[in-house]
Amino acid sequence: MREVDHEKDIRLENYEVDAQDHDYVEQLSRIDENDARKFLDVGVDPVENGRLGTFIQKDRSVIHCKSQQEGIELMGILQAQKTHPWLKDYLWKSISPDTDMFTSYAYQKPQGGFFIHAHAGVKAKETIQTCMYIAKEGFAQNVHNVLIAEENSELHVITGCATAPHLLSGLHVGVSEFYIKKGAKVKFTMIHDWGEEVNVRPRTVTHVEAGGVFVSNYISLKSVGSLQMFPTTYLDGEGSVARFNSILVAGKGSHLDVGSRVVLNAPKTRAEIISRAIVSGGTVIARGDLIGKVRDIKAHLECKGLILKEGLMHAVPELRGYVPDLEMSHEAAVGKIDQKEIEYLMARGLDEDEAISTIVRGFLNVEIEGLPSGLRQRLDEAISNTQKDMM
Amino acid sequence: MLQIEELRVEVGGKTILDNVNMEVPKGETHILFGPNGSGKTTLMMTIMGFSGYDVKRGKIIFKGEDITHMPIYERARLGIGVSFQRPPTIKGLKTRHIVEMCDRNGTADIESLAKQLNMTDFMERDVNQNFSGGEIKRCEMLQLMSQQPDLVLLDEPESGVDLENIGLLGDTINRLLRRNVKTPSIKPHKDAVKEDMKSALVITHTGHILDYITADKGQVLYNGVLCCSRNARDILNWIREYGYEECIRCAK
Repeated sequence: MREVDHEKDIRLENYEVDAQDHDYVEQLSRIDENDARKFLDVGVDPVENGRLGTFIQKDRSVIHCKSQQEGIELMGILQAQKTHPWLKDYLWKSISPDTDMFTSYAYQKPQGGFFIHAHAGVKAKETIQTCMYIAKEGFAQNVHNVLIAEENSELHVITGCATAPHLLSGLHVGVSEFYIKKGAKVKFTMIHDWGEEVNVRPRTVTHVEAGGVFVSNYISLKSVGSLQMFPTTYLDGEGSVARFNSILVAGKGSHLDVGSRVVLNAPKTRAEIISRAIVSGGTVIARGDLIGKVRDIKAHLECKGLILKEGLMHAVPELRGYVPDLEMSHEAAVGKIDQKEIEYLMARGLDEDEAISTIVRGFLNVEIEGLPSGLRQRLDEAISNTQKDMM
Repeated sequence: MLQIEELRVEVGGKTILDNVNMEVPKGETHILFGPNGSGKTTLMMTIMGFSGYDVKRGKIIFKGEDITHMPIYERARLGIGVSFQRPPTIKGLKTRHIVEMCDRNGTADIESLAKQLNMTDFMERDVNQNFSGGEIKRCEMLQLMSQQPDLVLLDEPESGVDLENIGLLGDTINRLLRRNVKTPSIKPHKDAVKEDMKSALVITHTGHILDYITADKGQVLYNGVLCCSRNARDILNWIREYGYEECIRCAK
């Protein structure tokens, strides 16, 4: 098993920070066919079915950016800084540039990112899709994303990250700061499909005010060199809620170190972290960290892994409670598919492969709110590929 | 339909069944009696081909084919269906989905079957997850109704089922076996075997299910050996009156 040191294994000097600029594409239908196919794989629909806006960044260029709903702003972060001088009150306020090697790299060599802003009381009618795409071999894409949901607004965002076909190596550092104000609701779904030697280091911090809701889904089904992220969410306002769902598949050569941390800072806050991982030759470190600082909070962590083929499934559930009168629990399980379940389905006429894929599909079938159509099919494909690896 | 010859089965190196000979002809329902631990479930699991049940001798023939070492799913596709006493829960697998998968011919009217079995509200739930004893039985029957097997193996179909539902369960079994008998019928079953009637082997140790279904024959399994074979109702009456020990003494 390969040991990974998240900092030492990566030499920043090996990556290129320069890339040619790509032209802006006014009509999404004119997007390069190969690129479009990769976008669709990560839930970014070039036909914009059920989408109210699209933001696409290729290497360091914003190639498309448009919102069709009044009161929902969507633009590149550099543009946003010019448009809204007040943005400086949000930038780098939740994450300090000196947090680690990657955040300081992103601070020193910024290359864009998205800005999503829902005005007070505005409820997004449909989903906003954003895409971070690496097309240049060996490129280091450092993005800084800011999402602000003003009071009582609602947003649903799908962000797909992918690399061009045949691209092998690259580095993606994504610093994201999300601000969810009083009574606002944000659903954020991130789907990754990186190249086999791409290293990915998202750094995300979210603040949620009173009555706010943050639902975050994360899906990684394909091989990735290494991915390490541990986004932190602060539930600062009374009654705010955070829910995290992750679906992770680690084939041979994949290293996924993925967790969520929620700090429950206010009374009546609720947090739930659910992760499902399949290991088929790779490594999954599934972390969860719930921190209860005040009374009358409720938090639950559920972390389950199936090992289909030798690798490593490491569940690291942590609970920290500081006061009495709080309710925190966790459930972690690592194992194989129960033979009884396989044979039960075989007794209904399914052969062994069908039985296993049915069980695996069920295992991964966490209720993901607002999962884009078409993604279910990709999930099925990934599961059958996983099975091929097993045989 | 089903023929078992000189069957010896070991579980974990221990002989559980020895020299079992049995025949269930086409269209007949046989009841398998026996105290707890006598090997009834082992016999059923062996017929279905589950792992851990090692056939050391003898053979199992179904529809003229030797199925002794056939994989489970091939036996199922050949027409054997089983209702389990304690089926596993499969997380994330909706009851609707498993019922659909049972219907390999795509001919079952799943909605109306679910309605008949009062299972409509369970269709979107994970299969067997937090189901009560009766719900599990109804769910198993729903799957079998969808599968339409030619030989049905039922493991204690009445256990854990409340009185209200046992009639429904009996009706369903009769429909599954195409034996058009309404519940409850005390008359001995003397009807000629109809062409489309299915075969069944029903495990019971209380015999209550006989108030709701009819059977052609009863057999008693004791310590892994079949020791009595005659009218099912007669056997039940003896067991009720004298207990298994007396029944077995008589058989010797």
